[in-house]
Amino acid sequence: MMLIHCPHCGPRAQEEFTYERTRDSVVQLDQAPDVAMAALYSRTNPRGEENEIWRHTLGCRGWLELRRDRMSHAIVAVRPLGVQVLP
Amino acid sequence: MNGETVQFTFDGKRYTARAGQTLAAALLDNGVAVVARSFKYHRPRGIMAAGVEEPSALVTVGEGGRAEPNTRATDVFVYQGLVARSQNAWPSLAFDVGAVNGLVARLIPSGFYYKTFFGPPKRWMVYERFIRKAAGLGPAPQQADPDAFDHRAAFCDLLVVGAGPAGLAAALGAVQARQRVVLVEQDRLAGGALLREDLRIDGAAGAEWAQDAVARIVAGGGRVLLRATATGYWDGNLVSVVERLAEPGQAPSRADAPVQRLWKVRAGRVILATGAIERPLAFGGNDRPGVMLAQAVRHYVRRHGVVPGRRAVVATSNDDGYRTAFALADAGAQVVAVLDSRAAPAGPLAEQARARFAVLADARPIDTRVRGKRLCAVIAQVGGSEQRFAADLLAMSGGFTPVAHLHKQAGGDLAWDAATQAFVPGAARQAQASIGAAAGGHDLAAILAQGWQAGGGDARMFAVDDPLGMGTPAEAATVPDTIRGKAFVDFQNDVSLGDIDLAWREGYRSVEHLKRYTTLGMGTDQGKTGNMAALGRLAQAQGVDIPQAGLTTFRPPYTPTTLGVFAGAAVRDHAGPVRKLRLHAEHDRQGAAWQPVGYWFRPRSYPQVGESLGEASLREARMVRQSAGIVDVSTLATFEVAGPDAAALLEMACATAIGRLAVGRGRYTVMLREDGMVMDDGTAWRLDEQRYLLTSSTGGADRMAQHLSWLRNVMAPQLKASVVNVQEHYGAVALAGPRAAAVLAGLTGAAAPAHMHCAQGQIAGIDVLLLAASYSGERAFEVYAPGHHMPALWQALHRAVVAAGGGAYGLDAMDHLRVEKGHVVIGAEVDGRVTAADIGLGGMLRKQGGFVGWQALQRPVLATAAGRRHLVGLTVLDGQALPEGAMLVLREGEEPLGHVTTAAPRVAGEGWIGLALLTDGASRHGQELLAWSATRGATVRVRVGDPVFYDRQGARYRD
Ligand SMILES: [Zn+2]
Repeated sequence: MMLIHCPHCGPRAQEEFTYERTRDSVVQLDQAPDVAMAALYSRTNPRGEENEIWRHTLGCRGWLELRRDRMSHAIVAVRPLGVQVLP
Repeated sequence: MNGETVQFTFDGKRYTARAGQTLAAALLDNGVAVVARSFKYHRPRGIMAAGVEEPSALVTVGEGGRAEPNTRATDVFVYQGLVARSQNAWPSLAFDVGAVNGLVARLIPSGFYYKTFFGPPKRWMVYERFIRKAAGLGPAPQQADPDAFDHRAAFCDLLVVGAGPAGLAAALGAVQARQRVVLVEQDRLAGGALLREDLRIDGAAGAEWAQDAVARIVAGGGRVLLRATATGYWDGNLVSVVERLAEPGQAPSRADAPVQRLWKVRAGRVILATGAIERPLAFGGNDRPGVMLAQAVRHYVRRHGVVPGRRAVVATSNDDGYRTAFALADAGAQVVAVLDSRAAPAGPLAEQARARFAVLADARPIDTRVRGKRLCAVIAQVGGSEQRFAADLLAMSGGFTPVAHLHKQAGGDLAWDAATQAFVPGAARQAQASIGAAAGGHDLAAILAQGWQAGGGDARMFAVDDPLGMGTPAEAATVPDTIRGKAFVDFQNDVSLGDIDLAWREGYRSVEHLKRYTTLGMGTDQGKTGNMAALGRLAQAQGVDIPQAGLTTFRPPYTPTTLGVFAGAAVRDHAGPVRKLRLHAEHDRQGAAWQPVGYWFRPRSYPQVGESLGEASLREARMVRQSAGIVDVSTLATFEVAGPDAAALLEMACATAIGRLAVGRGRYTVMLREDGMVMDDGTAWRLDEQRYLLTSSTGGADRMAQHLSWLRNVMAPQLKASVVNVQEHYGAVALAGPRAAAVLAGLTGAAAPAHMHCAQGQIAGIDVLLLAASYSGERAFEVYAPGHHMPALWQALHRAVVAAGGGAYGLDAMDHLRVEKGHVVIGAEVDGRVTAADIGLGGMLRKQGGFVGWQALQRPVLATAAGRRHLVGLTVLDGQALPEGAMLVLREGEEPLGHVTTAAPRVAGEGWIGLALLTDGASRHGQELLAWSATRGATVRVRVGDPVFYDRQGARYRD
């Protein structure tokens, strides 16, 4: 089980987090329908690093973007998304 | 071993064991040779191994809810009152009808199940009864498990798995280096191999040295968990460890004390000192009771004081087998012969053996004979000739398989060691290393030094005094050319070399296919003993080396694990939270019948004396149609969305026009998923210029909270809007009925807001928010107030509504009312496969898009309504009740055209109606169909029509 370094909470067990999707499958509402459908349904699954969106569901509930190697499961970088909590 | 004894029973017969013995040791001690019947052929089986790798001796231990089926007799320590039963034998172990399978074994070769499953369906129906009776392991207990389980977390610099010589040395080295150490061992004693060997370390007998090492590790601040098995190795150097605090079937030491504990150990580094498992030899009848692994025999002799036979043959491919011959002879058994498959065995062990026994080179067993069910003779091929040896014990050693399961689970590679014909741990991916026999080591002094250094200790040597001397690294047995009879490689699943050959002939080339076709290694032992022999045979057939033939995946758990330990304390009352309404006590006082809804408990109805639930809900529904009623709707998801961009954010989530809503007005709305299907529905209200209230379904509350947070934080972080989940802040009561407006006006002293208007007000001195929305089809209001005011608000509303001839109503009445109005419910009509158009709401959607789901709705496949399932109403024609979930068909047994989503008795009228999703339903109004429920044995005639049965014009909403 991966150890994810939440920028708000520190290192926490993977079971506290929920995987959402890859960054490139986030569909903006002003995208053309065929572009949006391609992003949703015709996704790549690269062997190696990928940007992913996670949520610290059972922690601070903050949204995170991880850069993670999908072969080794190594987490290269984590950054917070959305409305920032105050320090 | 002390002189203490304990009593236990096996198949109802009483026996005595010495304290500290495993059940297997105690059964051998009592001369019980046959302890189980095999899975497929029901062959009599005895005890083959001495540890968790035991494939054959599976028994059920314990009684009632505490019974633990498929327990390895080698992995349970006898306690006073232990009750064990054999499995898979009918009517008894001694006389098993299923053993006839053995006689007709040609009828159930490997692939039998596959061929049966892939044949015509009827074939499975015919065989099913036969297979169910003949195959299968111990039955799961019917009663609830009475025992408690526990979870704990641990963090350490170093986790050592296995307390044999290598693991103990590693933990000692780490303690010396002042590291935080956790050492886990699946046995109840530390020592591993030392418990079966006659040697000394640093002047102490091996077993005593191990005890002393544990004491030193604990004194140095380490934690030692005995009877604790590392079952899984996960990412981030997390190892799951299952600790047994009571033996299988044993009551806990005190009431409420856990019987097992799941440790999640997060370690800086992990050292795997998991040892090696001996391989059986492949020859005809190698599964007979009396044929055992050589190290297991030594284990029983030395550790448990049990000599499993009087006349023994030792068959080995390596030097280690000789140690068993010495142990047997020293314990008084007669060693008839040592059969060594090597052409010219040499070295100190073979030399010493020649002085005491008949040592035969180029010799291997090929067949066995039994008297009764037990071994009586071994047929061996010695050079070019055949010899027969009378013996009641055959100790075999076919080499060793390092236990690399955890290394592999951790993502590590395996390397092939040609000398020992074994896979050994190669490169590791996580911070872990394998040492000792698990890494292919065999020299004790070297293993101890390696462990000490791996743990972090500075250079030192251990003095090992082994009178027999070290042998050469263990050569593995090669697969024999000639097989006589069934030579098993997977003893638990009854897979023989012949089955491997058959699979090869039938075209199964990949090891993964071979595994699934023959069920090789798919038993509860995962093929720990025999897999390598099977792989060897496959490689032989392919004409390649074993590494080219491949390996199947090592999956956790390493040993079978009780489901209860995963649940831990999260059972019964702790399985999930109980969410009680603020008005729970009020509802209770009014005699509510409770209905669990997710984690909530909600009033289903308020039955009067002598009234059934059905009668109560129909009375309550009619009360709402005739006068007025109140219902607790506090569980509705409620969000406040505020800020300059609040409308923009809401329009992303909601597919209907929200932006143009005037202050003080509300609208029904639907939220879609990205695939265009309906996710949820609710109402949106503009409370203020920049402040909205959004309600949605109770069951979808968590999903909607997640969805809004996603939109706010990931999709549109630039918007100036806040979303606050206010469900727990507010309570809400819906007031409905033709007299509702008058009741409300009487309470607030002001005119009730018009339909789909909202207003502030005061009831009994409490500030309330009034939303005029109707779910029942009558004039209705949702009254919101801060949660702590709810009891007073409810009481005031209840008094007023009773005075108006009404009262409280529950969920069932609410459901009856909404069905009559054709309102959908998320989870019933909206099942994740319907679009807004399917349920008649297509016209509400904003044409220009800009909301989640719009893009998906532009797909050509959704351009036409033809062929989709539409929401329709059903009227029952033959006076019966309508079964929910029934298929809609033209004739019984035909392909369904749709299904009944909700059924309800008519409130305004008699008989039953329902809502349904029906293919091309919009064009089927007036058609008669059958609502056919095979599971309930009911068939009802229905007529399809409009889903709105009552007040189609909506006149009753308005004043
Ligand atoms: Zn966090």
